[in-house]
Amino acid sequence: MEYEWDFSLLAQNYPVLLRGLLVTVELWLPSMALGLALGLGLGLARLAGSRWLARPALLYVELFRDTPVLIQLIWFFYAFPILVGVQLSPFTAALLALTLNTSAYCAEIVRGGIQSVPKGQFEGAKALGMSRHQAMRRIILPQVVRRMLPAFTNRGIELAKVTSLASVLSVHELMYQGRLLSSTYYRPLEILTTVAIVYFVLIYPGSFLSARLERRLAARS
Amino acid sequence: MTNPLPETRGALLDVQDLHKSFGPHEVLRGIDLAVMPGERVAIIGGSGSGKSTLLRCLNFMEVPTRGRIALDGRALGRTGRDGTVAYPEGELCRVRRRVGMVFQQFNLFPHMTAVENVMEALVTVKGTPRREARARAEAELAKVGLAEKRDAYPSRLSGGQQQRVAIARALAMDPEILLFDEPTSSLDPELVGEVLRVIRGLAEEGRTMLLVTHELGFAYHVATKVVFLADGRFYETGTPDEVLKHPRGERTRSFLARHSEFAF
Repeated sequence: MEYEWDFSLLAQNYPVLLRGLLVTVELWLPSMALGLALGLGLGLARLAGSRWLARPALLYVELFRDTPVLIQLIWFFYAFPILVGVQLSPFTAALLALTLNTSAYCAEIVRGGIQSVPKGQFEGAKALGMSRHQAMRRIILPQVVRRMLPAFTNRGIELAKVTSLASVLSVHELMYQGRLLSSTYYRPLEILTTVAIVYFVLIYPGSFLSARLERRLAARS
Repeated sequence: MTNPLPETRGALLDVQDLHKSFGPHEVLRGIDLAVMPGERVAIIGGSGSGKSTLLRCLNFMEVPTRGRIALDGRALGRTGRDGTVAYPEGELCRVRRRVGMVFQQFNLFPHMTAVENVMEALVTVKGTPRREARARAEAELAKVGLAEKRDAYPSRLSGGQQQRVAIARALAMDPEILLFDEPTSSLDPELVGEVLRVIRGLAEEGRTMLLVTHELGFAYHVATKVVFLADGRFYETGTPDEVLKHPRGERTRSFLARHSEFAF
């Protein structure tokens, strides 16, 4: 193979990739944080005594888990605006789709976590006169949050990768910038390899922390 | 028997025609029970007789299917037009503050130390200031002989110690009635005594209590009244001496015989 590697154009164009990285992070962290908050609410709704809360929450979770993320992204950019009559920017559409998608997965983590708490814990709290809300806040959630951390970290890692799909909406994130550079300079090998490495460097620390966290939790219990 | 029993007047707890079904299975089939202040009722019976369900209905861990429960002369729940009784959560929370429960499996909160377990409901439910709640919790722990274990997590305590913390936790709420649901059934035999001694101490203070137990000897010495439950009904009721020493019913006799089969 007589390929001449040429990284000089990366040296010149790295600000483009950095800007892309910044947009990736701007998509990733807010949609994770919002998805977590929304997911907590949805997870609690899934377990609510009232069917009027539990059923719609279940439907929501299933819709987002059983359709491809790619169609969700495209739907929120091209289809959703027709429904609501407001055009969203590609970034906003992507942020919305990723947040809602993440919230569905987080809801399942929350539901599973809460259901893993022995029934006696609810009863112990109830027997002391605590309301459902007090029992959840003081007794149940503090026990589950720790147990759910590894699952949430995994979700975060997954989400970081999924942000790359936003490139199909021309959100100028890392993947988009990489493809742009690669087709401008016809240097896919150098450029796409670099993009992959940047993703790796971004995501690996989270993955490493998650593994350590899991080991520490396992050791404690 | 739907007529109120004569002893109903002045009862702290008054249960009338209580029914409880799980699906098609009717576990309680019409229970009438009046508990006077200071009375100690031991509920005995075979497995599946409904004794735990009866106890759990009294603080609404299970919601009765039919019948009324009155606490200190006031009927609980709201009767609808169709005769069904609804129990709003707020009312049940208030009832549970007055009717404490100790479970077979202790149900201590594993993420809290012994003293935090005891003070938790004082703070969240009663709104007692933390410092005051801690002092009260420490006093209750001292009372069950666990003052020095106050900062231990439940996982560091023996079963008997955990159950004593659970008793302290119930006592801290100043309940008018205490319910014990087989409090020693999940303990190793050598740990049963320390828990029974604490319960006997409470009996000597004149506290009103209901106790589901397999410890018939303990029931004999501590209870003022024994009820034998079979198929979701009271089969025989009386003083410990009547029911445990001189049972009249055939089923009571065979139950007691099975229990003493391997006695010395």
